[in-house]
Amino acid sequence: MTGKGIRIEGLKKRYGRGDTAVDALKGVDMQVAPGEVVGLVGPSGSGKSTLLKCLGAVIEPTAGRMILGDEVIYDNGWKVKDLRALRRDRIGFIFQAPYLINFLDVTDNVALLPMLAGKSNAESRKQAVELFKALDVEHRAKAMPAQLSGGEQQRVAIARGLVNRPPVILADEPTAPLDSERALAVIRILNQMARKFDTAIIVVTHDEKIMPTFKRIYHIRDGVTYEEAGEGRGFD
Amino acid sequence: MISLAGRDIMNAWGKFVFTGLGLGLLIGVTLSMAGIYRGMVDDGKALLDNSGADLWVVQKDTLGPYAEASSVYDDTWRGIHAMPGVARVANVTYLTMQVRQGDRDVRSMVTGVMAGEPGTPGWPPYLVAGRQITRGHYEAVADIATGFNLGDRLQIRRNHYTVVGLTRRMVSSGGDPIVFIPLKDAQETQFLKDNDAILQQRRRTTANPNFNRPQIPGLLEAVIALQSSNAYVNAVLVQVATGHDAEEVAQSIRRWKRLTVYTRSQMEEILIGKLIATSAKQIAMFLVILSIVSAAIVAFIIYTLTLGKIREIAVLKLIGTRNRTIAGLIMQQSIALGIIGFVVGKITATLLMAPIFPKYVLLEPLDSVIGFVAVVVICILASIFAIRAALKVDPAEAIGS
Ligand SMILES: Nc1ncnc2c1ncn2[C@@H]1O[C@H](COP(=O)(O)OP(=O)(O)OP(=O)(O)O)[C@@H](O)[C@H]1O
Ligand SMILES: [Mg+2]
Repeated sequence: MTGKGIRIEGLKKRYGRGDTAVDALKGVDMQVAPGEVVGLVGPSGSGKSTLLKCLGAVIEPTAGRMILGDEVIYDNGWKVKDLRALRRDRIGFIFQAPYLINFLDVTDNVALLPMLAGKSNAESRKQAVELFKALDVEHRAKAMPAQLSGGEQQRVAIARGLVNRPPVILADEPTAPLDSERALAVIRILNQMARKFDTAIIVVTHDEKIMPTFKRIYHIRDGVTYEEAGEGRGFD
Repeated sequence: MISLAGRDIMNAWGKFVFTGLGLGLLIGVTLSMAGIYRGMVDDGKALLDNSGADLWVVQKDTLGPYAEASSVYDDTWRGIHAMPGVARVANVTYLTMQVRQGDRDVRSMVTGVMAGEPGTPGWPPYLVAGRQITRGHYEAVADIATGFNLGDRLQIRRNHYTVVGLTRRMVSSGGDPIVFIPLKDAQETQFLKDNDAILQQRRRTTANPNFNRPQIPGLLEAVIALQSSNAYVNAVLVQVATGHDAEEVAQSIRRWKRLTVYTRSQMEEILIGKLIATSAKQIAMFLVILSIVSAAIVAFIIYTLTLGKIREIAVLKLIGTRNRTIAGLIMQQSIALGIIGFVVGKITATLLMAPIFPKYVLLEPLDSVIGFVAVVVICILASIFAIRAALKVDPAEAIGS
């Protein structure tokens, strides 16, 4: 499993300095293989969002290493120059709230990512629509985000996270707004996508409905991770 | 790649159109202000053009006859007429006053023109109705802007005049329409005192033993006649003969007569540089203030629109949109707002505002081009605040906490 997927070693993050400093991550070790979906659970304030932000290259860790595929992206300092391109091409984000861009229609919300990566409009939209079929929102492709139900919005947001086929997807409570049937469907899709595109997927969740689907779960408490075998039911 | 700015505008077009309308009215006022200035310059030029003169001969060391008072003896023209290179010469008087017609009065510039044939300097070059003045007294040609009609009876001081002809765009440098009357009448008008003053003067003259000398019959009458007539005009207008240089002719008049002579270009400088200079500065100040107000409005609107999109901007940044693209989104919207405003402004200035202003509003295409460039520049500058706010947005905000 070495050299592929994502690996985190001794990752630390301290917010602020001096008396008010907060050590949000105190040495996180984690490894997710390509094609694998792992859960990340922990109580409030344990550092889940902080970890996702570090992995997502939107905040800078304080120390440790992060290896994405074959490339060391962080080793006590960023090793890639263009974090923007890193986020665009190699990391997919799925947020707790769907956060769609309200002035673009559903198709272009998703197609925007391949467009930003330089693909043609037609090619980008084709990719988006393909995902809509898999996510069962094809019939809403021309709608504006405000016209969708919460669950539909979330599925569009998932399509956006997947569309550039990133090697890593970071999902923060992706099933929170969905009923259990839809939630399980989303996890099924994430598992399918993970296998199909060799994507490593990290799902931050509190959702008891989907907990049994993970083969491996990382628990995080006070900024330290513990690995645990999950039930791993359902999607083999 | 799709146009993010375009999509956002389409999504919130109502906001853009209404803000654009408001901005447009402001831009319309700005364009009209510029048009008023151009109108003043054009009025001045029309005055000079319509006078038919190549040279203005005025009282020595004055900036007359338009910018300053000037008196020239009314026989001076004969001497000038005899000089080489001079084709035609005519006396002229100007007096801005209220001209009465019935129970209303109209502010006009009463111009006294010498009798002669059409083409005499000072005469209106063309009429839109009626005929030129043919009699030596009590006829008038009025600009249609006065509102007078053919056959109207005008009262200028104590005399009555019949309107026999109408002109168009004959205005003073202040934009007042011109009423032409015969020179003799005009000279009298300028000089005319009320009856009491005449009686007083006559009494004083009679009481003065130097004038009242019974041994010289007729002296007193001659003195009184002299006192109550006006032998002065405001300027002598000169047409230079073809083949002669106006400046050379002006030089020789200056040399032989103790008078100041202005050529057409010097006269234009006096009108624009001195007579309307204060108004021009006033208008320039208005333009500056209106530009600042427009900039403030655009800046405020674009800033507000941008603050309403902070979440979208965070997401855009997270998924790898360049800062340049985000800045472009905001700047394009600002420019789009400016363009809507400019189009609305141009239309309102042309169709709504210019026709209702009392003074001539000249909307020059070049001013529109300058205005357009200024609007675009102002919009670009005004978007800077919003762009700064957008660039400060942290992509981590999109992930939440
Ligand atoms: N920008 C920040 N500055 C200072 N401290 C922060 C900042 N962001 C988070 N923290 C602190 O770091 C710790 C971890 O926060 P984090 O947001 O990662 O928790 P979480 O696991 O996502 O919690 P929740 O489940 O409530 O979302 C908390 O103690 C929090 O107060
Ligand atoms: Mg969190």
